[in-house]
Amino acid sequence: MYKYDEYDHAMVAARVAEFSDQVKRRLAGEITEDQFKPLRLMNGLYLQLHAYMLRVAVPYGTLDGRQMRMLAHIARKYDRDYGHFTTRQNIQYNWIKLEDAPAILEDLASVEMHAIQTSGNCIRNISSDQWAGAAADEITDPRPWAELLRQWSSFHPEFSYLPRKFKIAVIAADEDRAAMRLHDIGIQIVEKDGVHGAAFYVGGGMGRTPMIAPLIKDFVPLDDMLSYAEACLRVYNRYGRRDNIYKARIKILIHELGADEYRRQVEEEFVHVKSLGIDPPKAEFDRIAAQFAPPALDASALDAIDRSDPDFAVWVDQNVAAHKVPGHAIVNISLKPVGGIPGDASSAQIDLMADLAETYSHDELRVTHAQNIVLPHVRKADLYTIWQALDAAGLATPNLDLISDIIACPGLDYCSLANARSIPVAQKIATRFSDLGRQKELGELKLKISGCINACGHHHAGHIGILGVDRKGTENYQLLLGGSGAEDVSLGTITGPGFDEDGIVDAIERVTDKYLAERSEGERFVDTFRRVGMAPFKEAIYG
Amino acid sequence: MKLLTGNDLKTGFVTWWTGADWSLHIEDAADVGEAGEAILAVEEAARRVNAPYIIAGEATAEGPRPAHIKDRIRALGPTVRPDLTLKPADPAAGDWVI
Repeated sequence: MYKYDEYDHAMVAARVAEFSDQVKRRLAGEITEDQFKPLRLMNGLYLQLHAYMLRVAVPYGTLDGRQMRMLAHIARKYDRDYGHFTTRQNIQYNWIKLEDAPAILEDLASVEMHAIQTSGNCIRNISSDQWAGAAADEITDPRPWAELLRQWSSFHPEFSYLPRKFKIAVIAADEDRAAMRLHDIGIQIVEKDGVHGAAFYVGGGMGRTPMIAPLIKDFVPLDDMLSYAEACLRVYNRYGRRDNIYKARIKILIHELGADEYRRQVEEEFVHVKSLGIDPPKAEFDRIAAQFAPPALDASALDAIDRSDPDFAVWVDQNVAAHKVPGHAIVNISLKPVGGIPGDASSAQIDLMADLAETYSHDELRVTHAQNIVLPHVRKADLYTIWQALDAAGLATPNLDLISDIIACPGLDYCSLANARSIPVAQKIATRFSDLGRQKELGELKLKISGCINACGHHHAGHIGILGVDRKGTENYQLLLGGSGAEDVSLGTITGPGFDEDGIVDAIERVTDKYLAERSEGERFVDTFRRVGMAPFKEAIYG
Repeated sequence: MKLLTGNDLKTGFVTWWTGADWSLHIEDAADVGEAGEAILAVEEAARRVNAPYIIAGEATAEGPRPAHIKDRIRALGPTVRPDLTLKPADPAAGDWVI
């Protein structure tokens, strides 16, 4: 894991001191809310429905036990004993007091964390594959490159006031576990003739105008990666629309220019940028990469798993994934208990996950964009002990990638932008499909719910997506089918007229029944939908 | 009726104008008629409220009720965490929102 150097410490400490002074001035009335709002947003502090909300960055979703324990401490001391893990691999606290914000940022800084650039029109937290460094299918660990991008983008003087927010994801496997092509820039580390390079996909995103990022450059030498990213951003910063917030994202610019013309401009800019020497010397990259050295795992560790406890075996089958090193496994902790709030975890649960990471996972955890937690480096021999501890804490729901593993934004229960509640819908669907046998019969089915068009719940990318809207003051839910955020990326299509809260649950049941009736051997829900199209589903839903 | 609402500057908690002060409880909210803008200007300048705005409401037997669901959720708390609302002991409190 990356450890702060003196520059990181100094930058974060300076920001904490600066923001503490700004809070003091705001509380003393020396600055107005209009003046203060952009300052607090630069530090991840929003004013939401019930209180201030603080969004804390978890770079590429990676953190250690000490950091995780600090997240629990903050929840316990300053909030209401829980935190909410988000689709941006971050954590949010919903009940923060402004007067506590400086102390919280100081506490975060003490464990090399912060809330910088978790809001505002800047480059946000770099996201990545939650199985990075552990996945059997990756060609390299993408996190050193994500960390390099984090350092490059932190307080970048040109890119602190972009036309709109900017999200970057980095992966290094063909299986896309980070919704890479639905980011402003998606980078895939690829191999060509035995050499690693970066494929740049630019101009993806969800929100009110969802788009899949086109391939802009299939192979950028890694020595040029920062310069190429800088060129991509410069063209956007120069020509991205600042006159219309709904057309300000890079996806709109590329759509209007065309990918070929955008590529031409980037290439032209790249020639200039490359002359500036912003790519780090090899020694600096090696310094960063060394901190992501794989843990010393014993490849001769026992590979067999004692499956004599049937509940444990069910959990292993659903929530445990293959590790690149024999005798080891990746544990996926579901934060989606039936009837629970997707992504929420209590202080005690967060502490427990920190303990398990320290004891059994080489002190590493990951936050996933699906709002779950990962222990990436676990000995198979320890799985049963881990499962028992998780089960006792309500963290052993065996539903990874099943219909009840729902992504849901906070929705109208917490968010001032939302038009409808997301969480109650997620709870009702999970309860309706609570029978695990039924869920497994349905197989992989990614259901994603957003409470407004901003799509924080990734509804466009759900095999089944739900969008909450406000229809004359009443909550209404549109249904989408056929989306995917994975390597088979696609955008969902709206089925037709929307439903009320109970109606949307019934509609989903009709959709899943239709799938079971139509599917061919081995087909997932989304495969069947792509084969048969919308018509039979529409008929099942609306008659 | 028209109601004034905003957030407490220090805590961020939702507050309602009572006619003389700010309260956490919607039951205390007063109908401000056409005086809302003037009251908000004075109160915001004095930092007794943050990010205030005027909403439509209706008078009910239980007291003022905001017209829009968003403000009813603000008034009560998250419907999915009854324990964190202003009425944790009332199992039917969520019905008022919907």
